[in-house]
Amino acid sequence: MSFKIASSPHQHNQRSTAQLMRLVTLACLPGIAVQAVLFGYGVIIQLLLAIVTAWCSEALMLKLRNKAILPRLKDNSAMLTAVLLAIAIPPYAPWWIIVIGTAFAIIMVKQLYGGLGNNLFNPAMAAYVLLLVSFPLQMTQWLPPLSLQSVSLSPADAVCAVFSQYSCSGFSLTQLQSSVDGITMATPLDTLRTDLSRGLTLDESLAKPVFFAFAGTGWLWLNLAYLLGGLLLIQQKIISWRIPVAVLGSLFVLSAISSLAAPDAMAGPLFHLFSGGTMLAAFFIATDPVSASTTNRGRLIYGGLIGLLVFLIRNFGGYPDAYAFAVLLANMAVPLIDYYTRPRTYGHRTRSER
Amino acid sequence: MPSLFQQIQAGTVWDFHGGIHPPTRKQQTNQKPVAVMPLPDRLYIPLRQHIGVAGQLLVKAGDTVLKGQPLTLADNSMAVPVHAPTSGTVLAITPHTGAHPSALPELTLVLAPDGKEQWREREPLALASCNNMTLLNRIQESGIAGMGGAGFPTHLKTGVNQPVDYLIINAVECEPYITADDLLMQEAATTIVKGIDILCQLLNPKAVLIGIEDDKPIAAAAMMAACSQREHYYVRTVPTKYPSGGEKQLIQLLTNKEVPNGRRPVDIGIVMQNVGTAFAIAQAVLDDHPLLSRIVTVAGETLNQPQNVLALIGTPVSSLLDFCGFQPEPKQSVIMGGPMMGFALADLSVPVVKTTNCILAPTAAELPAASNEMDCIRCSSCADACPASLLPQQLLWYSKAKDSEKLAEYNLADCIECGACAYVCPSEIPLVQYYRIAKAELREQQREALKAEQAKARFEARNARLEREKQERAERNQQLAAARQQQQLASGANNAVADALARIKAKQAQANTGAASTEAESSSAETQSSADKATILAERERKKQQAREYQQQKAAAIAAGMTAEENAATDANTDQTATPSDSAAADNSIGTTDNKAAAVAAAIARARAKKAAEATPNTAASVQATTDATSEASTATDNDADPRKAAVAAALARAKAKKAAETTQSTAQADTADASADANSQADNDTDPRKAAIAAAIARAKAKKQADSENS
Repeated sequence: MSFKIASSPHQHNQRSTAQLMRLVTLACLPGIAVQAVLFGYGVIIQLLLAIVTAWCSEALMLKLRNKAILPRLKDNSAMLTAVLLAIAIPPYAPWWIIVIGTAFAIIMVKQLYGGLGNNLFNPAMAAYVLLLVSFPLQMTQWLPPLSLQSVSLSPADAVCAVFSQYSCSGFSLTQLQSSVDGITMATPLDTLRTDLSRGLTLDESLAKPVFFAFAGTGWLWLNLAYLLGGLLLIQQKIISWRIPVAVLGSLFVLSAISSLAAPDAMAGPLFHLFSGGTMLAAFFIATDPVSASTTNRGRLIYGGLIGLLVFLIRNFGGYPDAYAFAVLLANMAVPLIDYYTRPRTYGHRTRSER
Repeated sequence: MPSLFQQIQAGTVWDFHGGIHPPTRKQQTNQKPVAVMPLPDRLYIPLRQHIGVAGQLLVKAGDTVLKGQPLTLADNSMAVPVHAPTSGTVLAITPHTGAHPSALPELTLVLAPDGKEQWREREPLALASCNNMTLLNRIQESGIAGMGGAGFPTHLKTGVNQPVDYLIINAVECEPYITADDLLMQEAATTIVKGIDILCQLLNPKAVLIGIEDDKPIAAAAMMAACSQREHYYVRTVPTKYPSGGEKQLIQLLTNKEVPNGRRPVDIGIVMQNVGTAFAIAQAVLDDHPLLSRIVTVAGETLNQPQNVLALIGTPVSSLLDFCGFQPEPKQSVIMGGPMMGFALADLSVPVVKTTNCILAPTAAELPAASNEMDCIRCSSCADACPASLLPQQLLWYSKAKDSEKLAEYNLADCIECGACAYVCPSEIPLVQYYRIAKAELREQQREALKAEQAKARFEARNARLEREKQERAERNQQLAAARQQQQLASGANNAVADALARIKAKQAQANTGAASTEAESSSAETQSSADKATILAERERKKQQAREYQQQKAAAIAAGMTAEENAATDANTDQTATPSDSAAADNSIGTTDNKAAAVAAAIARARAKKAAEATPNTAASVQATTDATSEASTATDNDADPRKAAVAAALARAKAKKAAETTQSTAQADTADASADANSQADNDTDPRKAAIAAAIARAKAKKQADSENS
């Protein structure tokens, strides 16, 4: 009889890449649920569009690259990219926004770099930046939370809005963006930014209805939901604690210092941590293994760099939120960070001891 | 801050980076006593079972051996003998599949047990009366090599001259499934401790640390009980984590020290021995029981009775599996060693050797193969698991790129191939296999580089030698030339020769009008008075002069030949002219043996050529008008549409033939001419007509070919 020959080790743990990707996607669910409840069903439609586009793009590219399609579709990485992009864009952005973005993420940023594991940049964030720069209007049309909306949208309205930019009853997106008293509502970060530039103090701005407690209405719950999902990922040892802690830590420290220095002009650390995409970025986007740093010290530096960049852009840059830019810039620094943070090999001395 | 020793005494156990927690599955075998296997039909004893060289063979096929009888001789320090595990007959000494991942055959002694278990004479040693040399010799002669897996000769590891602080007894047994050391400790703790006593006598350490994983409480308790009388023996349980049984990892666990890169543990005052080795040492020294058997864990769900078996060295794996109720599946895998670092067997006739601690026959569901390799997603779980703190994902990248510089920079050589990285990899990449290949390639590259360097050195040395020799030759020649010149200046001989040459030249100038015979006579007569050498020189000079004269004539003949050719081409039949000259040439070539014959032949050639010329009257007339070498010139007419070369060759041949004829004549006339001159001319004649004939023949052939091509 013939015996099976394989090289050691003959034992293998059973958590595969596909499982990892699936678990990360599942950990997004609390956040997605909160978003659907507080901001409307648009996010569900965006998710479906994004996933279908991602699968098609991935299959097309694998076909063109003469790779086996099914095993690679099954690794769930394309799905995760699609999910991250879909929850990052405004829920009622026109359908072609998410299609262009997802196709760009999969085709240009992932597959043209050599497929899974070879992309230098985070595909979802590269696509987000492309969309933000190319379609600034559509990419900033965030509707206020349902509680502040003058007209509530049914699921059918949501489909209409995504595909035609009008609800079934004929309201345009701009009308939907208006609050009960007819004032167009921007996101909390945008509102604060505009108010501060107009010379309002922080307290005056925070008194507006778009804010709740120390963060934006609805956004606080959204961030808490992503924080919960992220903690689950850490508990399951799917992501390392280092990157999220470094991102949040550096943002916290920097905003704490700045708010102490200028209490009227700078938002405090809690506002920063629970506004915009902070928790989503810290736990789900910055931790993308492919484009993040791989050494333990490197992960701290990488996360710290993202926190620093977000702080700078939010407070001094041209955009209200900045995770996409911060992540891409940090991605660029990864090879350098990795090179200089190699761990000391057993029995070798460190560079400084040499 | 307490000192390291104080911390160790206090029971501190440190940690090492990385590591994994695979399911241990030790409960399959760790509750059952060690089974003793009946004698197998055949024992296959590889002659080399350790790191080092095989000893010299002491027996031959057909010999009867007793139990414990050495089969090989430990004739040098790297050799460890093997022994007959039982009494019986040596059937053969032949290559047999080895206990190695390569499954390459290695020289193996095949023993047929006779079932009598007859021992050789045994001489147990009394520990108190032994010096270290006797003990080390006994350890070597008993065939003991590291039983944890590496198989390094134990006498070398214990015969160190450096001071030893800590003797570490490795009883960690971190690989899943394996319980051989566990059972050994459960059943023979006292003997093990006696073995440790012997090691202590050899090494004299400050403390003995016995490292046991915390999943072996019975063994740990047994060891603790056995050590209770020894003050400086410390049993330390370490947390179950793979690969805490690695030498470097256990040192880190028990002493918080790292073995510096490129050094050995003994360089930091540590010697580590496997618990099985300690047991074997005790048996060898106290019972004179060499290493004949060992405990092997036979595990896996395809076995009805997975258990630990005391197996003789040389027992085929197939017998061992059958003993435990082996029920193979299709595409069964059988692994020698544990699931993390063991190797799959291609052939179950492979024997148990001194380092075999486990035979694993799992079901496919039990240890599913990592089948489907995917792309690395740089999750760096591997880096988190690596006990050497390497970056396996970077090493994979550079292994695939075959970037040997980067591989060295990322310390590929420090990989202990424990397999933790491949175990955790979610993309199921067989990382260790990539590293093995890369390591082999690096070794090969280093070997190639060394070879190239040596070849270059050799080449350069050779060039330097050739250059040196050339210079030496040139110098020697220069010195010789200078010496000769000085010699010549010093002696008067040179002047005499010069005088003679001058006289001859003057005479020749006069003799240009005179007869050749008188010239020869007078010159030879004159030169006879001077040295023989001078005579010869003079003769040569004269001949050259003659040759020059004929050369002039020949030039004229060529001119004539050219015109003749044109005529011949139009008027004469090519065949008619060619035939006689052919025969002339043939005659010439035959008559070269002596000069007279040559002269005759030349004359005949001339005559025939003349006849041929007459057959073509126009040619003959023109030729006769120009020169006395008429007939020869007409021979040239056979070069119908001739190339100039052919004419020249023919003329040259003619001239030489004529010269030969004339010199013979002159020699004949001048009977009194001296012998040397005669011989000289003869020598000239001997060679010249032959060459001429050949040249003429070539010319003819060429001309004919050309004529033929023109005719057609």
